[in-house]
Amino acid sequence: MHNPYKPYPVRVDKILVETEDKNLRTFKFVFLNPEDEQAFAYTPGQFAELSVPGVGEIPIGIASSPTEKGFVLFTVNKVGAVTTFMHNMKEGDIMGIRGPLGNSYPMKDLEGKNLVIIAGGFAVTTLRSTITWMLDPAHRDKYGRITFIYGARTPGMLLYREEWSAWQKRDDIDAIITVDREFPGWDGRVGFVPTVTEQVAPSPDNTAALVCGPPIMIKFTQPVLEKLGFSEDQIIMSLENRMKCGIGICGRCNVGPEYVCKDGPVFTLAQLNRMPKEY
Amino acid sequence: MAKYLKKSDLAGFIGSLAGQYQVLGPVEKDGRVVFAPAGAADLKLDFQNSHTSPKDLFFPQSERMFQFTLDPNKEGAFVLQDVDLAPAPRLVFGMRPCDAAAFFVLDRVFKNDQFTDPYWQVKRDATVIIGLGCNQPCPTCFCPSVGYGPFHEDGLDAIATDLGDGFLIKPLTEKGQKALAGAKGLTDPEGKMDEKAAAIAAAAQESIKSEVPTRNIYTRTVMELFNAPHWDRVFESCLNCGTCTYVCPTCHCFDIQDEVTSAKDGDRVRNWDTCMSWLFTIHGTGHNPRPGKKERVRQRFMHKFKYIPMKRGGLIGCVGCGRCVNLCPVNIDVRDVVRDMNA
Ligand SMILES: Cc1cc2nc3c(=O)[nH]c(=O)nc-3n(C[C@H](O)[C@H](O)[C@H](O)COP(=O)(O)OP(=O)(O)OC[C@H]3O[C@@H](n4cnc5c(N)ncnc54)[C@H](O)[C@@H]3O)c2cc1C
Ligand code: SF4
Ligand code: SF4
Ligand code: FES
Repeated sequence: MHNPYKPYPVRVDKILVETEDKNLRTFKFVFLNPEDEQAFAYTPGQFAELSVPGVGEIPIGIASSPTEKGFVLFTVNKVGAVTTFMHNMKEGDIMGIRGPLGNSYPMKDLEGKNLVIIAGGFAVTTLRSTITWMLDPAHRDKYGRITFIYGARTPGMLLYREEWSAWQKRDDIDAIITVDREFPGWDGRVGFVPTVTEQVAPSPDNTAALVCGPPIMIKFTQPVLEKLGFSEDQIIMSLENRMKCGIGICGRCNVGPEYVCKDGPVFTLAQLNRMPKEY
Repeated sequence: MAKYLKKSDLAGFIGSLAGQYQVLGPVEKDGRVVFAPAGAADLKLDFQNSHTSPKDLFFPQSERMFQFTLDPNKEGAFVLQDVDLAPAPRLVFGMRPCDAAAFFVLDRVFKNDQFTDPYWQVKRDATVIIGLGCNQPCPTCFCPSVGYGPFHEDGLDAIATDLGDGFLIKPLTEKGQKALAGAKGLTDPEGKMDEKAAAIAAAAQESIKSEVPTRNIYTRTVMELFNAPHWDRVFESCLNCGTCTYVCPTCHCFDIQDEVTSAKDGDRVRNWDTCMSWLFTIHGTGHNPRPGKKERVRQRFMHKFKYIPMKRGGLIGCVGCGRCVNLCPVNIDVRDVVRDMNA
């Protein structure tokens, strides 16, 4: 019988320190058994359980895109037992990943639409996946205008510098990167994400908004989008809750009748408005 | 076709089954009835119900999922290895219909539209359950109100009715049929045994006086129920001790932990967990989506009476066994809570 709790063994191929406080690192994993890469077929917005034998498992969003072959990427914030252990791991170490898990961004339903993608802090991980996927020549034609608004406290806290710098040079995506306040050496935009959104967001006509960030950013961005005319079905968000099984069985992550791990993590604001705020 | 088993032939019956199955049933241990491996002489068949539910037969309180080694010199270091999951064929004699119904509900939890929990499933597949209807339900039972009953058949492979001198045993599934076909001591029923059994079942159903209306719960929205004022009252006396979740046959939440068992070797295990604990939901950041007792008490009842029915075709996630009513140290009574939810 197939065992959905069993991780695929992977090797840590590369660890990249993302932020100046060194609290965020991106792990590049390579599957020990090449056939497992086929089995781990994912779509943008999904997550996986990263499994460190002897320490535990944690749910982390998949930061790479299915169009990037040969490896998978996860960006991990150091907060507790498993994340701290991972921050001390070395390239070449063996661990496991279990997944892909959860639903994903509705990439099929979003076809033909303009997109405004709004991210704050390190919640940008699965949006890196989404944008990379949409910008792939095989997919770019299926979507309209893409506007990416991404903010962090300071320039040193922005993830994926290489990626967004490249996006800023392209003409098929508007990548607007902002930091909370003036900073020596930063000649980019300054301002909080909700304010910048109000200034640059496209019209809501035939547009969907993907919003990921800390609760405070979500709280102030939601009214801005509503003011701009976005309806609750046009706003798409991704939730986090404490998890264990990741497959809708252990009963840990529910928000009302929905399991964040299996029915989510991606929900529209319309769905969330019918659910208790237990996240 | 139902068969008759004289009580004086019970030993031969159990003995013949013991050749093919490990036989388990209700036995008395330290003054309490529990389900455990049993010979005919150990069986305590005049019990009301076991103290805790027999869910541990399929979902042990602590269960090894994988083993691993952290010794880099050993082959397969840091890679989780399978452990043997399936028990030898087992037969449970005397499980109460409420508990069997609870496992019928849990079959729909441990196997959803995408994933099957192999640890649960292999134990279910390897086990035949011959239930024993409740001639005399306890005063705290309310199974009929939640869609089950003292002679409810879902989840059973055969059901026995105690007729006094013997049991009338009716097979319900192929698995049950097969087990009975190989057993000694069974005879064809005589006279009006069928009618007698039906009368006993009807009288048992009739004797259950606790009525708990649930209808309005299913027409109200999640948010209406969630925001109802009675939650501000219900939780106050709760100690969050978790007894209710421990004894409940449908409570199935678990934690997964790695245990390093020797210098370099370890197991990944799962353990029963409880939504009554604040640790259950707290994030690594310190944020807790269910920060207080009110939120946790509400979750337990909403899960059983609203969320499970919404997601599992109307099946209620409480089978009315009454264990939590009997054992809650501060007398929180699920029947009162449901009356409030329905009011
Ligand atoms: C769908 C999803 C995607 C996520 N994506 C990312 C990501 O891309 N990058 C990132 O850094 N973090 C992400 N998180 C949060 C991350 O899972 C937690 O920070 C992490 O579990 C903390 O583990 P710990 O062992 O270090 O912390 P501890 O506090 O020691 O936690 C102990 C255990 O609690 C659980 N837990 C604690 N906090 C959380 C939490 N917020 N969410 C889920 N389980 C938790 C885990 O099982 C963990 O092992 C995501 C969470 C979810 C649910
Ligand atoms: S048994 Fe009673 S006191 Fe203990 S957690 Fe359950 S409801 Fe609360
Ligand atoms: S909630 Fe109480 S009455 Fe209902 S099944 Fe669980 S222990 Fe029995
Ligand atoms: S993490 Fe187990 S049900 Fe969602």
